[in-house]
Amino acid sequence: MNPEKPPLPKSPTGIQGLDEITGGGLPTGRPTLVCGDAGCGKTLLAMEFLVRGATRFDEPGVFMAFEETGAELAQNVASLGFDLDALIAAGRLVVDYVYIERSEIEETGEFDLEGLFVRLGYAIDSIGARRVVLDTVETLFAGLPNPLILRAELRRLFRWLKERGVTAIITGERGAGSLTRQGLEEYVSDCVIMLDHRVKDLISTRRLRVVKYRGSTHGTNEYPFVIDSDGIAVLPITSLGLGHSASTERVSSGIPRLDAMLAGAGFYRGSSILVSGTAGTGKTSLAGHFAAAACGRGERVLFFAFEESPSQIMRNLGSVGIDLAPWVDKGLLQFQAARPTVAGLEIHLTTMHKAILEFRPRIVIIDPLNSFISGGNEIEVKAMLLRLLDFLKMNQITGFFTNLTAGGSALDHTDAAISSLIDSWLVLLAIESGGERNRAFSILKSRGMAHSNQTREFLLTAQGVELRDVYVGPGGVLTGSARLTQEAQDAAAQLARRHEIARGQRELEHGRATLEAQIAALRTEFAIQEADTLALIERHRAQEAQLEKERADMAASRKADTPDTDGGQP
Amino acid sequence: MTTPPTGVQTHPDQDPPDIWTLRLYVAGQTPKSITAFGNLKRICEEHLQGRYQIEVIDLLEHPQLARGDQILAIPTLVRRLPEPVRKIIGDLSNTERVLIGLDLLPRASARSTTDVN
Repeated sequence: MNPEKPPLPKSPTGIQGLDEITGGGLPTGRPTLVCGDAGCGKTLLAMEFLVRGATRFDEPGVFMAFEETGAELAQNVASLGFDLDALIAAGRLVVDYVYIERSEIEETGEFDLEGLFVRLGYAIDSIGARRVVLDTVETLFAGLPNPLILRAELRRLFRWLKERGVTAIITGERGAGSLTRQGLEEYVSDCVIMLDHRVKDLISTRRLRVVKYRGSTHGTNEYPFVIDSDGIAVLPITSLGLGHSASTERVSSGIPRLDAMLAGAGFYRGSSILVSGTAGTGKTSLAGHFAAAACGRGERVLFFAFEESPSQIMRNLGSVGIDLAPWVDKGLLQFQAARPTVAGLEIHLTTMHKAILEFRPRIVIIDPLNSFISGGNEIEVKAMLLRLLDFLKMNQITGFFTNLTAGGSALDHTDAAISSLIDSWLVLLAIESGGERNRAFSILKSRGMAHSNQTREFLLTAQGVELRDVYVGPGGVLTGSARLTQEAQDAAAQLARRHEIARGQRELEHGRATLEAQIAALRTEFAIQEADTLALIERHRAQEAQLEKERADMAASRKADTPDTDGGQP
Repeated sequence: MTTPPTGVQTHPDQDPPDIWTLRLYVAGQTPKSITAFGNLKRICEEHLQGRYQIEVIDLLEHPQLARGDQILAIPTLVRRLPEPVRKIIGDLSNTERVLIGLDLLPRASARSTTDVN
């Protein structure tokens, strides 16, 4: 073999996801073995490789079919949107059906498969093919005698394919204890891809694994893949990067009080919102509000329902005053209802992808998210949800998911362990006290905003969801009747307080009046005393004056010696 | 040209058609193809003298013909007439098998002879 020059040249398959796993495609100019059980999609994979090569990468291809006629093949892949006849007519594809019927062939001596080489060589030359598929070459063993010759010839064939420099896919049925029945893996050793179709818990899943890729790194996991109307898609569909842009636009939750709790404006556009709660806590009602609000803004909403039928959801939401029917009629709201068990996770994921790409919603609601758990194991579900969330974020679609928390498990536990993927997480819980079950609501987290840390009572009324303050008393959080009682007690206490204040004020008034009356009385008393005293003083002064005058008059009458008045006294 | 009745292989004694059209597909002048042609010529002279026509097709010169007659193995002898079309692969060195393949020997008896062998 030629020494490998890094990097190994690769031919993209054009199959969604496969090129990512193989780091660019199949080894250019070398044969690749695709093996698996009957019905696992070998032929389709090979055909898509050729069709994509012819249509996207300007590499015409030859399909040598040993099992199906050209017409059958064309019919089979027409459902995937491949128009083989048009490609054949355009000289981009050759389908050569090799018919072998053991009973019609008599072996009379030595032979070789030069006819096959000539045929393939001619087909390759006629359109300048760069890609070749042999499907399924092992049929030769059933159709021709002498396996020894066949083995030698196949070895020669694969070497010849390499010499021709065509990128080839050779398919082979899985055998017992080996990858293929005839041990083709011994001859084709550059790249081996194994397909598998298995059923677990009644749900079938197709898987792909790159068993071997000489001279190249490759994803070694088993990757689920689906065959749908666009061909094969190996998951991951999206490259799981963190390259999406974050919007600062806000979207209302449809409940004013909730918007107020979310820093006054609601969720971020393109964020992922999770509502978790036990059964019957009103998760779907929250979703209904969100949907109705979005439709009211003229945005399209896609509602994936996995537990209830659309009409049941609409009836139930109607009972709490959320009427979705007009939005459905207007084409703003679309329901997609399916049981999670109806198909494997990959099928769900791709159908959701398709529905989203077709409907182009601004908001996607999935109710409930964890119903998938019944259809697969946790790791697979997480991987699937990761892909879905990633897809939604890349498309700036706001995702609103509900998650049913099993009774008894932690509040912040999600079955699929997806909490880290969620931007805003609302928790609904049932509080049982005083012979009642009431609902409480709080925001567990909401990235990028100063959200409220308060618990609210969550009421489902005929006018929709209402959020009320709750009382935290010595006996815990009060809700329902207890809250009403508390409210009544509060009102009574307030009334009593008001009375008390009024009484105090009256008393004060009274005191002041009394005081002033007393002051007035004292003043009056004093005035009287003052007047009396002044009169007395006046009288004394008058008497004094009288006495003086009388003394002067007496002296005058005695003609007393004025200067000796004082000295003449003894 | 009359088509032989169905089940002709079980009645090899029936009158064979006038002309047998045989095509031998080869790919170049390889020892195997030369052997095959020699064997074919010999068998035809022995069993179909004057009633056969051999066409040798070299696929290296006419590769497009490989597809039409569903040729994989080389050499391949195709009995185009009388119908039905029969295919015989290999260098035709096993004469008995060639005769069986051409319906010149009854299949049932041939099987018993091969079993004896």
